[in-house]
Amino acid sequence: MEKSYIVKQISIFSENRPGRLAAIAGALRDAKINIFAFSIAEADGFGVVRALVDRPEDAHRTLTDLGFRVSFTDVIGIKMRDEPGGLSDIASILGDAEINIEYAYAYSGKDAAVLILRVDQAEDAVRHLLGRGGELLKTPLSK
Amino acid sequence: MAPWNPRAEEMPPDELRRLQFKLAKSLVYRLYSFNDFYRRRMKEQQVHPDDIRTLEDIAKLPFMYKRDLRDGYPDKIFSAEKNELVRYHVSSGTTGKPTVVGYTERDIKNWSESLARGFSSCGLGPGDVIQVSYGYGLFTGGLGAHYGAERVGATVLPTSVGNTERQVELMQDLHVTAIACTPSYLLHMGEVAEKMGVSIKDDTDLRIGFLGAEPWSDQMRSRIQDWLGIRAYDIYGTSELSGPMFTECAEQQGIHIWGDLALIEIVDPTTGEVLEPGEQGELTITMLQKEALPMVRYRIGDLTALEEDACACGRTHPRIGRIRGRVDDMLIVRGINVFPSQVEHALLEIPDVGRHFQIVVDRKGALDSMLVRVEVSEEAFSDKITDLMVIKRKVEHRLRGSLNVGVDVELVEPGTLPRFEGKSKKVVDKRSL
Repeated sequence: MEKSYIVKQISIFSENRPGRLAAIAGALRDAKINIFAFSIAEADGFGVVRALVDRPEDAHRTLTDLGFRVSFTDVIGIKMRDEPGGLSDIASILGDAEINIEYAYAYSGKDAAVLILRVDQAEDAVRHLLGRGGELLKTPLSK
Repeated sequence: MAPWNPRAEEMPPDELRRLQFKLAKSLVYRLYSFNDFYRRRMKEQQVHPDDIRTLEDIAKLPFMYKRDLRDGYPDKIFSAEKNELVRYHVSSGTTGKPTVVGYTERDIKNWSESLARGFSSCGLGPGDVIQVSYGYGLFTGGLGAHYGAERVGATVLPTSVGNTERQVELMQDLHVTAIACTPSYLLHMGEVAEKMGVSIKDDTDLRIGFLGAEPWSDQMRSRIQDWLGIRAYDIYGTSELSGPMFTECAEQQGIHIWGDLALIEIVDPTTGEVLEPGEQGELTITMLQKEALPMVRYRIGDLTALEEDACACGRTHPRIGRIRGRVDDMLIVRGINVFPSQVEHALLEIPDVGRHFQIVVDRKGALDSMLVRVEVSEEAFSDKITDLMVIKRKVEHRLRGSLNVGVDVELVEPGTLPRFEGKSKKVVDKRSL
């Protein structure tokens, strides 16, 4: 049951230089893959592009064929109230359950804001969030 | 500057050649009789000690190469008994396996004698304080310069490399007059001194530098001399010869190679044919008096030429010009020899990264920097930045361990590194000397 709320994010290794994001985004455009959310984490000379897409398997294959280093990562996506306190609610639930957030990013969509989380215990996090009334994204993702 | 050993240093050329022939002949007989490795080599080449009738006949003898030392690890080709050895030095090899050099008491004495002649030809002597900022330890630079300087009666300050601010303080407080180090380290020291508000030119007694263990140019010499207010002399050697061994004299017109200790030939790197004075080729050395680890027609891999004319200083021994490059892909980074094959071997043992790589050498300020670009392997790729930083640091740590020189590692996308052979792409050297 918790498994259907575990979302496959694709993570792509990228050098930190102009044009790399354009190359990744262009490849996904050509494969007609839609990106729901993405973030870039940067370090010393390189970065990791993380994205939620409608067809993660296809995205993985497309980018790997082009020579990118790609992996799947389990994340969860939770809807937040798009008003003050929305993030605080979610963070408190996880904090109370002693679940550690490794990284997170968010987008504010038409009907809700969504927080995407990589946590150390994904299934526990799903259980706690559902148990306290949270609304989670389900796979496969679709508009 | 007055010679240290006038009888040897000003020996008439004819007499020097007769002495060289005598020494070479007895070396060859000794090796043929007692050194299994070299006797086998001579037999393969079908040459017998009796075939050496003139000095030119040396060209009939087989060459020795770095790989002979590596294959002979640690002491298979030594020509002295264990109890005759008084020291070992060890240098890193081309493929991770080091080479060991042993010394008898006489080897150390000749090494010091050679440097004593060189140092004194540049005016170093009693009353001088010399700061030895070459590394001490397995590397030959520190101890070699140390013994040579003590031999001429100078006071040695054995600072070794590093802790540069302290080196500058000591240079001032102990009235250091000479320094032995790599040219780039001296430039670095000059910059550190300036940040401390110290001008080496105006605020210290430094007047002589013996600079070597890495390639440098006459332009760099001018810069060092003008900026630091010293005379900068080239010093040359490799661990196979003993260590730093030969220097320029005060004339700065090439490095004097003491003919009673070493017989040099310049050969065509491809054919091995002996070249004429003035022609660029590979420096090949026969160490005429070395006991523990004999070197006969050893192909050093450095490109240079014999200087034709006699030196104005009056010393009669042959000289070589500046080292113009290498016959192989060896790099010298902060005075340390680095072969791309060492990087390759180190990377093969780290499953987190692929086997392809690119080395970028540059000079930041005065010091060399070495960057190794590698690809993260599919298995090791994590989308957590911290995991990737751990891989980066692990590779840096491993490379530093096997190369003995600090390395920055850059993680790059797969497929962006040169796949095919071709040194020009595997190594990018951005330094201008």
